[in-house]
Amino acid sequence: MKKTYNIEVDCANCANKMEAAACKTAGVKDCTVNFMMQRMTVEFEDGVDRNSVMENVRSNCKKVESDAEVFI
Amino acid sequence: MNKKQRIMLIRIALSAVLMIALNFIPVEGVLRFILYLIPYFIVGYDILLKAIKGIFHGQVLDECFLMAVATVGAIALALYEKSGDYTEAIAVMLFYQVGELFQSYAVGKSRKNITELMDIRPDYANLEKDGEIEKVDPDDVGIGSIIVVQPGEKVPIDGVVISGESSLNTAALTGESMPRSVHEGDEIISGSINMTGVLRIQTIKEFGESTVSKILDLVENASSRKSKSEDFISKFARIYTPAVCISALALALVPPLVSIIIGLAPGWENWIYRALTFLVISCPCALVISIPLSFFAGIGGASNAGVLVKGSNYLETLSKTKIVVFDKTGTLTKGVFEVNGIHHGTIPDEKIIEYAALAECASPHPISKSLQQAYGGIIDRSRVEDIKEISGNGVTAKVDGHSIACGNDKLMKAIGVEAIPCHSVGTIIHLAIDGAYAGHIVISDVVKPNSTNSIKALKAAGIQKVVMLTGDSHKVADKVAASLGIDAVYSELLPSDKVDKVEQLLMAKPPKAMLAFVGDGINDAPVLRRADIGIAMGAMGSDAAIEAADIVLMDDDPIKISKAIKISKKCLRIVYENIVLAIGIKLICLALGAVGLASMWLAIFADVGVMIIAVLNAIRALFVKKL
Repeated sequence: MKKTYNIEVDCANCANKMEAAACKTAGVKDCTVNFMMQRMTVEFEDGVDRNSVMENVRSNCKKVESDAEVFI
Repeated sequence: MNKKQRIMLIRIALSAVLMIALNFIPVEGVLRFILYLIPYFIVGYDILLKAIKGIFHGQVLDECFLMAVATVGAIALALYEKSGDYTEAIAVMLFYQVGELFQSYAVGKSRKNITELMDIRPDYANLEKDGEIEKVDPDDVGIGSIIVVQPGEKVPIDGVVISGESSLNTAALTGESMPRSVHEGDEIISGSINMTGVLRIQTIKEFGESTVSKILDLVENASSRKSKSEDFISKFARIYTPAVCISALALALVPPLVSIIIGLAPGWENWIYRALTFLVISCPCALVISIPLSFFAGIGGASNAGVLVKGSNYLETLSKTKIVVFDKTGTLTKGVFEVNGIHHGTIPDEKIIEYAALAECASPHPISKSLQQAYGGIIDRSRVEDIKEISGNGVTAKVDGHSIACGNDKLMKAIGVEAIPCHSVGTIIHLAIDGAYAGHIVISDVVKPNSTNSIKALKAAGIQKVVMLTGDSHKVADKVAASLGIDAVYSELLPSDKVDKVEQLLMAKPPKAMLAFVGDGINDAPVLRRADIGIAMGAMGSDAAIEAADIVLMDDDPIKISKAIKISKKCLRIVYENIVLAIGIKLICLALGAVGLASMWLAIFADVGVMIIAVLNAIRALFVKKL
């Protein structure tokens, strides 16, 4: 199950860091951050609650880049 | 400029003015220190905060941390040396922020430009309901609804014109600048712009399934597929920043300690200053931003030229393409059969066509379609009776009382008429009237007008081998190949043979040369997938082709293939330029910094200056018109 979210991030390196952080979140199978389109595409593992996973993704992203925002 | 950027600009200006003003105020000691802290905090407080937050979150070695350590270190050195020179620390922070501001502005701006180029998304549809027109969201329009498109508006949903005449600008879809004129009954695709007249359209698809949605989806997702260069840079940045930080620390500690051990003066200030310079130079911004930006601009420029690239990785592969394999029908030839000649006629040519078209009027075969097309008039079926189809050979019928036999040489033999064999290439239809030979019609696939030029352009763009695959006979294939200048031909292939052939070619080629397969999207999805790069052309209607292909040409002009290759080469050249430029200058400056030849000012150039140059260079990838 793949879903795309809008994000807000200022620098490309931060986007890379967000990608790495999101990928490490439990319940996330794969993730790509598209800095240019300001979008994050998350592939979830089967049978997880997407919203709660995304809350964790958001807080993990905030940890690596405090300015970043993920719109769930 | 958005609000965030404006605030930043004000902070930078304020801090710069204060810093310059302080130069003229003769204060000493603690007061001087405190006064200088004001502009420093104005311009850099957020960086310091972020650095502290980063430490708590375990993100020790990020840019903010680098800048914070470098500037706080410079201030500490100034205090320690009692030089009172705090300007350097403020200037470093100031220029860093200027660089960040420029980056965010330039990237935002080019992002907007590129997305605008690709902006074919219709905002609304004029739905006709009970004779009244209502503006609705295109998503809410069902199949079969009537929508009205005014001049100047975008066609929001694929449909058929039910009334009105107009010309459509399809430049955003196909890159073709000639407007296309449409009439009642024509099918039109969404995303084109209505130019002259009002059109009433009956929709044949939902918005989500319409051409415009598919293209948007494709283009917007394109930059999510990362190329090797991008992956390389992300990995590089991940190792590089910590490596530079550790080197900086070593630079600050090792030489002084060694000096102490061997009994020399440690020279702490000197080495710490060098280490701080090191930190400023090290920011990986220029690299990390310019590579994806170059690809994004390249994809944007390509889509503006009617070439949809599904990902940066495909742009990269395309630039390395050395072999292009064409599936003949629909790419180099039009894929429609046309009457190409009438020979040995005993009656006027028009009569031959007329009789053949009438005799074949009941057949759904493409050959009979092309006969009817060549005839042009309306087929009056009442003139035809007693139609007998002789499977695989042709038909016999009575037209206007004459008995007509129309078909291949086997049919002629069967009815005992001696047919004159034809030297032309194609499908030959012999015609006999009342048992007497009346001539034959040559029907063949027509080569596209641009095909010869396209092959030439491909060769000029560095393609070493052009191969053609076809299910047609050897005779037809060889003739087409010779006229176009194709290097190798494989003919009389079944669809499954094409996959095998492409696999053989893939095995035979050198590993670094990439192979592109060009198909018209009909029956060739497996081959499109198998090749290094699958290019589908004129395939806006075929979902399977769009799904299977890596690159989709929005119209069916083969010249676009060489254009796409040129765009990819330009884009990749810019990418490599940026990698070399950014890494090269940084490494040189790092070396200079380590031996003490680089001041903070040079360090700032290495960071901010290089980034600005790289961003500007990246934007060049957008300009592809002249390629």
